Amino acid sequence: MPSVLPLGDPAPADGVLPKQARHGAAGRGFGLYVHIPFCAVRCGYCDFNTYTATELGGGASQDAYAATATTEVNFAARVLEQSGLPARELDTVFFGGGTPTLLPASDLVTVLQSAAGVWGLKNDAEVTTEANPDSVSRSSLRELADGGFTRVSFGMQSAVPHVLKVLDRTHEPSRVPQAIEWAREAGLKVSVDLIYGTPGESEADWELSVRTALGYEPDHISAYALIVEEGTKLAAQIRRGQVPPIDDDDHASKYALADGLFAAAGLSWYEVSNWARSPEDACRHNLAYWRGSDWWGVGPGAHSHVGGVRWWNVKHPTAYANRLSQGQSPAAGRETLDEATRDVERIMLAARLSDGLALDTLGPAPRRAVAQLIAGELIEPAQAFAGRLILTLRGRLLADTVVRDLLPD
Amino acid sequence: MSPMARTAPVPAATDPAIIRNFCIIAHIDHGKSTLADRMLQLTGAVQQRDMKAQYLDRMDIERERGITIKSQAVRVPWEVDGTAYCLNMIDTPGHVDFTYEVSRSLAACEGAILLVDAAQGIEAQTLANLYLAMEHNLTIIPVLNKIDLPAAQPEKYALELANLIGGKAEDVLLVSGKTGIGVEALLDKIVRDLPAPVGNPDAPARAMIFDSVYDTYRGVVTYVRVVDGNLKPRERIQMMSTRATHELLEIGVSSPEPTPCKGLGVGEVGYLITGVKDVRQSKVGDTVTTLNKPATESLGGYEDPKPMVFSGLYPLDGADYPVLRDALDKFTLNDAALVYEPETSAALGFGFRVGFLGLLHLEITRERLEREYKLDLISTAPNVEYEVTLEDRKVIEVTNPSEYPSGKIAEVREPMVAATILAPNEFVGAIMELCQQRRGVMGGMDYLSEDRVEIRYRLPLAEIVFDFFDLLKSKTRGYGSLDWKADGDQVADLVKVDILLQGEQVDAFSAITHRDKAYAYGVMMTGKLRELIPRQQFEVPIQAAIGARIIARESIRAIRKDVLAKCYGGDITRKRKLLEKQKEGKKRMKMVGRVEVPQEAFIAALSSDDSKDKSKK
Repeated sequence: MPSVLPLGDPAPADGVLPKQARHGAAGRGFGLYVHIPFCAVRCGYCDFNTYTATELGGGASQDAYAATATTEVNFAARVLEQSGLPARELDTVFFGGGTPTLLPASDLVTVLQSAAGVWGLKNDAEVTTEANPDSVSRSSLRELADGGFTRVSFGMQSAVPHVLKVLDRTHEPSRVPQAIEWAREAGLKVSVDLIYGTPGESEADWELSVRTALGYEPDHISAYALIVEEGTKLAAQIRRGQVPPIDDDDHASKYALADGLFAAAGLSWYEVSNWARSPEDACRHNLAYWRGSDWWGVGPGAHSHVGGVRWWNVKHPTAYANRLSQGQSPAAGRETLDEATRDVERIMLAARLSDGLALDTLGPAPRRAVAQLIAGELIEPAQAFAGRLILTLRGRLLADTVVRDLLPD
Repeated sequence: MSPMARTAPVPAATDPAIIRNFCIIAHIDHGKSTLADRMLQLTGAVQQRDMKAQYLDRMDIERERGITIKSQAVRVPWEVDGTAYCLNMIDTPGHVDFTYEVSRSLAACEGAILLVDAAQGIEAQTLANLYLAMEHNLTIIPVLNKIDLPAAQPEKYALELANLIGGKAEDVLLVSGKTGIGVEALLDKIVRDLPAPVGNPDAPARAMIFDSVYDTYRGVVTYVRVVDGNLKPRERIQMMSTRATHELLEIGVSSPEPTPCKGLGVGEVGYLITGVKDVRQSKVGDTVTTLNKPATESLGGYEDPKPMVFSGLYPLDGADYPVLRDALDKFTLNDAALVYEPETSAALGFGFRVGFLGLLHLEITRERLEREYKLDLISTAPNVEYEVTLEDRKVIEVTNPSEYPSGKIAEVREPMVAATILAPNEFVGAIMELCQQRRGVMGGMDYLSEDRVEIRYRLPLAEIVFDFFDLLKSKTRGYGSLDWKADGDQVADLVKVDILLQGEQVDAFSAITHRDKAYAYGVMMTGKLRELIPRQQFEVPIQAAIGARIIARESIRAIRKDVLAKCYGGDITRKRKLLEKQKEGKKRMKMVGRVEVPQEAFIAALSSDDSKDKSKK
């Protein structure tokens, strides 16, 4: 998650949600996100809410973090109950960061088990952790699998050393296949993350990364264009001319290249930046975000959504730990969305999925835009005739343009 | 030293022998208004507690820019050798755009104070106005102002003034409007040196209108100088140019607040109120007489104001069109020089083609429209009026490039100006280079003093209306000054350059230029637009063309990527807000064919490269 929090309304100290949150909750899935705000080093492009070991102490320290996160899990269970939401078992859990695997596997399992204790985990629940290839071992992956994890997402980013160097990634490219092999042995599903468009990355470099990742036969690949966020080291390097600026046209070419190679290897896109070997291999946790399900986000800066109420925790781990130790909600702000705004979000998120949007859910003005979208080769014509809006490859690259055209005036 | 007059002479009963009518000729920032303020204070016309800086400049915009747009006349008493005199100070606009108004103000005076900044020396516009004053046979009192400034060089500039008007450097008065030094001596000198007005009190009344101002509460207030006879309240008066008659509801003098009086006699200066609502019925330069005993001959010198520069004014928000129309309507009540007619632009929508006296007039009008009516306006590049003769001998006046005929053209004539530029001699080369580039023909050059020169050029008006003054200022490090006046026309090899976006002509960007400069304009405008127009889903060619011939082209590459790669739980709120904001921004786009052009692109493409604030003088 980007490090700057949105502007919203103040959140109450008891965390209790407005009434609208409970409407229809029984019919919605429920997930848990756990943010682990630690990294061994901070990467030059990263603006996420993460800290290196030496930066934090007290309840925010790495040692105390599992206990602090567990406190929020318990707090969450109370708040949901007080807010009149029905008891729901978890469909998905996702540990993200930061580098979750910087914590001992036992800590991650402790947090997962505390959540399973208060809510219960569905039998087929998807439990994912992000992992850095050089912060896992055969035994730690085994321990995660035994503790209830079903899936691991490796931050591979690139197979090319000079690209990894610009990204400040420390892992040896050769660590990746090793880590994937161990994960497989442990019975975990495997996803790899790739980044394209890094300054200095040639098309050949990118093709090598894609082919290398495909060679590991993962179940799932996420590929993201590098975003240079303000305030990062990379942004400063570009500003000073030490590193060439990123180029959207280069991004577009590389996206198209990867999409073609993924498809040829049997991975289909299901969201703008995500490809899966089969529909069952898609990340259910992320799909829940895009389909408007409920989830609670644990951890500093983590975002939550329950029935059209979105909120986000205070950003700094120390402030976060202090709030919880005083029995207060760690939320920094929230927003309660009206129907029109929820509709905007629905369009914005669903349009990015391969399932797309049902055209009959759109208002009259957006529906008038559909013909133009077909003319612009942005959506699949046959699907549109059949009543669904599904992006073409060109449309995926111009998804924001499409969404703007579809938003009500 | 003279005391303040104990008893002020009474209007309508003032002997012309004790009247002194004068104006102050000065460059914009040479301190005229400050000196006038000081005179009002010293003569007791304005009490200390009522004093505002630049008392006479009524409009905020005048006070902020430090320039006087509309002149006014103030009657103040001053005693010399035991006699109370009546001084009428007629404030004149200092800018070249208002030359005609200046000439009418001068015609109401017997003398003029030539006020020059002791740190800067005389400027071209002052010289032009001084020339006008001498043409009117006014007695000139040379004065150096701001002598309190450390940078003042009174000896040098006194010599310069003496050389210009004849006389000795010692005769030049040294004053400081700011501190008041020398101002009493100046008032004394006005009384002693300036001639009293002469006229026939028994002849039919003749008074010259030198200003006409619209007041929301009083209607039109007309400022006059009586030459012969007299005017009295409740009389019916007649405007000699139109023969229109009005009843004199009020007659009075400004001292400096409007003060009704029993009438105005020979040599007196004051105001008339007739209930008329439109300044066009009370034209500057016209002669007022009475209906009962009308004069047979007018005072002469009346001219209809002639707009020189034309620009399209468009509201950014089309819904503001009626507001703009009403605003222009109101403005013309007070500004006889402003002319306008509705105009439609395919790119900009509904607006008006407005004629102005010059660029300053344009800018002031635009700024007042935006400020007083809360309008956001786009003004198209200023144009002059071309006379186009077709092969069938039909003649068309063109003030807007979109009216430029596409058929066979026999001849195009463009308006010319006689320009006078004053600058330190080290800049002569740079000035000549600039004027040559602007198709100027040199008329001559004279040294005003050892190191200051006057350079005269004949230039096409079109070449100086856009950024000439800015360039002159930057090439002379701010020391150069410019004056110009209309000087006939000439045949020129002119063409219309069109700008096409994806094959669609954008009328707002068309320009009439000299053939030799068409290519440069095309390259400049296509290049600018390439930077200003965001990439679209398709490639957008931008072309400059003369008729069907393309002379420059650029192209905006199609956008290939417009998607945020990551949109997870924590990104949704921000992403939604961003898209909503972008959607709002899209509404402000103008469509040219299928191309979305942001308003900002129009504004930026139509403004000169430098910041807007530069061409103010």
